[in-house]
Amino acid sequence: MSRPLLEVSGLTMRFGGLLAVDGVQLSVQPGQIVSMIGPNGAGKTTVFNCLTGFYKPSGGKIIFDGREIQGLPGFKVARRGMIRTFQHVRLFSEMTVVENLLVAQHQHMNTSMLAGLFKTPGYRRSEREAMERAAYWLKRTNLHEFANRPANTMSYGQQRRLEIARCMVTQPKLLMLDEPAAGLNPRETDDLKALIAELRDNHELTVLLIEHDMKLVMSISDQIVVINQGRPLAAGTPDQIKQNPDVIKAYLGET
Amino acid sequence: MIRTNLKPAVISAVVVVVLSGLLMGVRLNQDGTNLTLVGAGPDVYWKIAIAAAFIFFYNLFRDHLAALWKAMPGMPKTPVQLIEASKKPILRRLFWCFLIALAILWPFISNRGGTDLATLVLIYVMLGLGLNIVVGLAGLLDLGYVGFYAVGAYGYALLAMYFDVGFWTGLISAGCLAALFGFLLGFPVLRLRGDYLAIVTLGFGEIIRILLNNMTWLTNGPNGIGGIPKPTLFGLEFSRKASEGMQTFHEFVGIDYSSEHRVMFLYLLALLLVLITLFVINRLLRMPIGRAWEALREDEIACRALGINPTSVKLGAFTIGASFAGFAGCFFAARQGFISPESFTFIESAIILAIVVLGGMGSQIGIILAAIIMTILPELAREFNEYRMLLFGLMMVLMMIWRPQGLLPMNRPHLELRT
Repeated sequence: MSRPLLEVSGLTMRFGGLLAVDGVQLSVQPGQIVSMIGPNGAGKTTVFNCLTGFYKPSGGKIIFDGREIQGLPGFKVARRGMIRTFQHVRLFSEMTVVENLLVAQHQHMNTSMLAGLFKTPGYRRSEREAMERAAYWLKRTNLHEFANRPANTMSYGQQRRLEIARCMVTQPKLLMLDEPAAGLNPRETDDLKALIAELRDNHELTVLLIEHDMKLVMSISDQIVVINQGRPLAAGTPDQIKQNPDVIKAYLGET
Repeated sequence: MIRTNLKPAVISAVVVVVLSGLLMGVRLNQDGTNLTLVGAGPDVYWKIAIAAAFIFFYNLFRDHLAALWKAMPGMPKTPVQLIEASKKPILRRLFWCFLIALAILWPFISNRGGTDLATLVLIYVMLGLGLNIVVGLAGLLDLGYVGFYAVGAYGYALLAMYFDVGFWTGLISAGCLAALFGFLLGFPVLRLRGDYLAIVTLGFGEIIRILLNNMTWLTNGPNGIGGIPKPTLFGLEFSRKASEGMQTFHEFVGIDYSSEHRVMFLYLLALLLVLITLFVINRLLRMPIGRAWEALREDEIACRALGINPTSVKLGAFTIGASFAGFAGCFFAARQGFISPESFTFIESAIILAIVVLGGMGSQIGIILAAIIMTILPELAREFNEYRMLLFGLMMVLMMIWRPQGLLPMNRPHLELRT
């Protein structure tokens, strides 16, 4: 086995007296889709927030791409290539679709003040590249025709796709999706599934997923981690998880 | 419709008659030690009757009037049409060319007073544009903007007083100095949000003013600094007689001396500064940092998740905004030739902020318009001196009710993808 892209050990997050996350282990191999499941309030999103630097974890170690990242501010974690979405759509809703994608490329663009004021060739090139990348991902997510429309004029499913496109233009190593299928109809969910699987297969992207849609999770995941009340309950392939009596009792329910 | 309006209409008319009848119809006269009640003449009663009738009929038919008003396509739509026009690049360019040409010609067609007033307008335009970066674009409420203005003005005045620095060097130094102050203030402050930021910046503006007032050994305190050198044009002075080793403009060009030359020169200089400001801001808007400002205003958390450092982006806005205030301050000092802390009170901050809000947050043409209104109106309304602040307040309230987005709301230039 190669070196894991993301390795989390003993992750703990304490809010005052509440132990929201307690000793979570996680190991994500490059090129895999790993899902995190568990009942509501199990602490999945808290784990996400700890990983991406939105919370400062109370304890534990997070190694991403060979370097420890616990305690780094969110934007620095993002610059290392760990890009996330949120449970709710968080687009820049008044800006146009393509501008959303340009904002996301901020760190890759030529942000020098003088270069921009005088429109140097280097600045123009960086702008053109950003536009091309935006156009590419808009085509891939089937949003090309909406490019110049304000983001909030699109349907919910399209906004969700735009969020993924916005993550992809940052050229991430690890894409973290927090309930991407929430609020989507079955057809949109299928599209989403195809998109995520395709990102893994053709772009060697690693995906960490929080999701409640078991059909989606079971069909797409390489590994599943189950969390219950902040503690890791089980980990394994979808088949192993389906058979695990603890998971059935805590989350999946008897069938 | 009329029937339902009848009762309120009658009540309104009665209220008018009773109120105005008591206020205008009778008067207390002092007659020796006695007070006597004197009725007014019949003309006053006629006026009251007409007013009451007007109110009565207005209330009776106001639904019809409202419908008529809505059906009328003219008046309320003009600003919208302007924006439509500005969307078309050629029309937009023509419009700006016309505006700039008019601005350049202004001192030649106007008199001295008009030019002087226009210079003042331009200073406020520059300040408004600078504050607009901070408030309108980055969404950071800054109530102490006048502090940077003061830093710029005093920066130049002190440099000129102690080191004999000329205007052009002073202009650059004042801008840099104000930018430095913006950076230093922004560093600890930008972690704060909304209201807290407003309070701290308010404090900053006051601290600067009070420091200038009390550091008498350096700034001459409330007495201010006088004799600040006027701007020169490539070393040519605008005075009757040249100082040592200098030449005057009228000698160089070979025309008779006129004190108007300097006023015109100052105006054109201010215009140049404003045009540079406009150019820089226009470019900034199209640059990644301009987009980051807008994105940050919309959703800071999403920005962080995408690898944008909110603090440095905000700091950029603060620093750039402050530097424009520095330029404006330096020009102000050079134009007045005398500055004192009194020019930099909180009311100045409030006026600049009012210009930004009135013009429409983020919109540049709106700010120019608002700066003109805010500067000219007090001049025109000089006769109603006592009511000036009242008018100002009334205008603000009305604006906030009917056009909270400002006179000409922002339309940030977007990069478009050709599909």
